Amino acid sequence: MKAKNLSLFILVLILTVAAVFFVYPKAPIGGFLSQYMPWRLGLDLVGGSYLVYEIDMTNVASTDRDSVVNGLRDVIEKRVNLFGVAEPRVTTSRAGDAYRLNVELAGVKDVKEAITQIGETPFLQFAEVRENPAATSTAAKEEFIFSDLNGRYVKGAQLSFTQVGLPMVNIEFNDEGAKLFETLTSKNIGKPLAIFLDNNLISAPRVSEAIAGGKAQITGINDLKEAQTLVERFNAGALPAPIKLINQQTISASLGQDSLQKTIWAGLWGTLAVMLFMVLYYHGLGFFATIALFIYIALTLAVFKVFSVTMSLAGIAGFVLSIGMAVDANVLIFERTREEIKKGLHKVSALDEGFRRAWTSIRDSNLTTILTALILYNLTSGFVKGFALTLLIGVVVSMFTAITVTRNLLKLFYPVK
Amino acid sequence: MFDLIKYKNLFIGFSLLMLVLAVVGIFTFGFREGIDFTGGTLWQMQFTGKVVSVSELENYVKTNFGVENVLVTAGSENGVMMVRTNELSEEQHQNYLAKMQQDFGAVEELRFESIGPTIGAELKSKAIWAFILVLFGISLYIAFAFRKVSYPVSSWKYGIATLICLFHDAIIPAGLYAWWGSMRGLEIDTNFVVAILVIMGFSVHDTIVVFDRIRENLIVQKGKKLGEIINISVNQTFARSINTTLTLVIVLVAMYLLGASTLSNFVLLILVGSVIGTYSSIFMASPLLTYLQNK
Repeated sequence: MKAKNLSLFILVLILTVAAVFFVYPKAPIGGFLSQYMPWRLGLDLVGGSYLVYEIDMTNVASTDRDSVVNGLRDVIEKRVNLFGVAEPRVTTSRAGDAYRLNVELAGVKDVKEAITQIGETPFLQFAEVRENPAATSTAAKEEFIFSDLNGRYVKGAQLSFTQVGLPMVNIEFNDEGAKLFETLTSKNIGKPLAIFLDNNLISAPRVSEAIAGGKAQITGINDLKEAQTLVERFNAGALPAPIKLINQQTISASLGQDSLQKTIWAGLWGTLAVMLFMVLYYHGLGFFATIALFIYIALTLAVFKVFSVTMSLAGIAGFVLSIGMAVDANVLIFERTREEIKKGLHKVSALDEGFRRAWTSIRDSNLTTILTALILYNLTSGFVKGFALTLLIGVVVSMFTAITVTRNLLKLFYPVK
Repeated sequence: MFDLIKYKNLFIGFSLLMLVLAVVGIFTFGFREGIDFTGGTLWQMQFTGKVVSVSELENYVKTNFGVENVLVTAGSENGVMMVRTNELSEEQHQNYLAKMQQDFGAVEELRFESIGPTIGAELKSKAIWAFILVLFGISLYIAFAFRKVSYPVSSWKYGIATLICLFHDAIIPAGLYAWWGSMRGLEIDTNFVVAILVIMGFSVHDTIVVFDRIRENLIVQKGKKLGEIINISVNQTFARSINTTLTLVIVLVAMYLLGASTLSNFVLLILVGSVIGTYSSIFMASPLLTYLQNK
C-alpha cells in the first residue's frame, strides 16, 4: 500500500515539475521547450481579427456543397498563410441552411490588408453566349448562360504574354474541369465563350475548335500586376464559391496586452488569497490542499498547452474561476473529516470517511458543471467557447488533484499521532 | 441548532419578494440588447490628437456616416470612445476611419466589431436554448442522481426544488442587472448570458451538498420527521456551503478589483449570483422540499 502511494506521489511530482518548466515562459529549460510549443494566445489578447464569412451556395448543387466548403477552407487557409499570421485558424460551420467560414487571425498586423486579401475572390466563371442580333439594346443582344465550369476546376495558372506583349493567364483545369471545358468548347464552335472574373466580363474569345487537354488562356487583363495577382490566386486556389463577410471582430494589440497582464495578476492574487484562506481555516489539512491547488494549476496549464487550447481573455477568466472551485472538493472533504473527528473517530479513519462520504456530492457538483460547460461549448462561438473549454478541462483536472493527489499527499505526509 | 423549518415561510417569502421585484425590474427597466443580438457595429477608438466630446462625435458620425442609430459613449481612459451604429460594411469601415483620421488627426482603432442581423438573431436563439438546456439539464440530473432515495421524498421533488432554485438564482441577478444597467447604460450580450449560466452551474453545488446530506440522514436517522432531518442537514452543512462559496468569492473579488475592465461586469454579475445561489441553497432549496412533500 505504502509503495503504491509512493510511486503515485513520485509520478505526480515528476509530472508537476515537468509541467512547471513546460508552462513557465521564462524558465531556463522551459524557454527551450516554449520555442517548439509556444502559448497560443487568443486574438483578444494579442490583437487580431475574427471574421465570419457566409458562403453563397446558390449556384452549387446540394450534393456538392460539402466538397465546396472543404475546398474553400483549404483555399482560404493557403491565402491566410501567405500573410504570415503565426497560427491562422480557418473553420467551417453550418447554421441551418447557411454555410459559414470562420477565420481567426491572431496577431495579424494589418487587418485591413488581410480582409482584402481573403475577400478578393478570383471567382472565375465561363458562360455560353446566346447572340440575339435582332435585339435593339446592347444588353439584350448577348445573353449569358453560365456553365458548370468555374474556378473550382482550376489546377494551376501561369503568366505569359501575347504576341503584342499583353499579359495572358494560362490556366490548367483538373481532369473534371478538362472534360467540362471540352464539352463546352465543342458545343460552341464558332461562337464566343464568355469569361467572367468576379462577375465582370473580361473577355469573350471565339471558339475555333473543341479544346481537349484542359488548357485555356485568358486574355483581356491588360494590367500586368492584376494578371500576376490573378495567377498567384489561382495557384493558391480560386474560391469555389463566392463569400461574403457577415461578422467581424477586430481588436488592437495594445488593448489586449493590458488585459492579459491585469487578468494574470488578478488570478495570482486570487489564488494566493484562496491558499491563505485554506491554511488559516483548515490548518495542516489546508496546507495539503494548497499544495494540491498548486499542482492543479501547473497540470491544467500544461494540459492547455499540450492541446494548444487558445488562451483568450474569457478562457483565462474561466480558468481563474476554476481555481476558486478546485478547492471546493477539499473543503467538502475536510469539513466531513472534522465532523468525523468530533464524533470520536481516529484521524486516519476520519480522513478515510471524509473522502468516502464527500465523494457523492463532489461527483454530482462536478458533473453539473461539466454539463453546463458542454452546453456552453456547443451553443456558443468565438471567445465564449474558450471559456467553456478551460472551465471543462479545469473541472476534470481538479477532480484528480483535489481528490487523488490530496489523498495521496495526506497518506504519505500527514502526521498521525 | 438553528431551526430553519420554523422560519421557512420567512425565508421563502423573502425569496419570493426578491423574485417578484426582479421580474418587475426586468419589465420596467428592460434590457437593452447589445450588437451580439441585434446586429450592428461597435467601434472603439482612441483620439490621441484632437480632444473630441461625446456629443461632437455623435453629431459627426450622424452627418458623415449616413447612419440613423448612433450611440457614443466615452471610455474610462483618455480619448477613448465607443461608437455603436447599425452594421457597417468593411468598405464603409475603412472609408470612415480614413475620414476621421483626416478630420481629427491621430485616431487609433482599438476594437471594431460588426455583426450581421442574421448572426445576431442566431446568437439570441442559441442563448435562450442554452438557458433552457442548463435549467432543465441540471434539474433532470438531480432527479436522476437522487433516484435511489425515493422514500419519503421522491427524487423528482429534489429535481423540482432544484429547478425553482436555479430559476430564482438566474432571475434575481438578471433583475439587478436590468436595474443597474439602466443607470449605467449597460447592454445584455453573450457575456451576460454566459454569466447567468455559470451562476446556475455553480449555485447548484451548494444545493447538492445539502440534498446529499438529507439523502444520507434519511437513512442514518431513520424515523425522524422530514422537517427535523432538513434542519439537522442544513446545520451540518452550513459551514461548507459558506466556505465553498467563499473560495469562489475570493477569486471573483480579485478579478473584479484587479482584472481586465472588459470583464468587470461579467465578474460582478457572477459574484452577486454566487451569493444569491448560496442563499437559495441554504434557505430555500430544502424548505421547498417540505412544501412539495405536503402536497
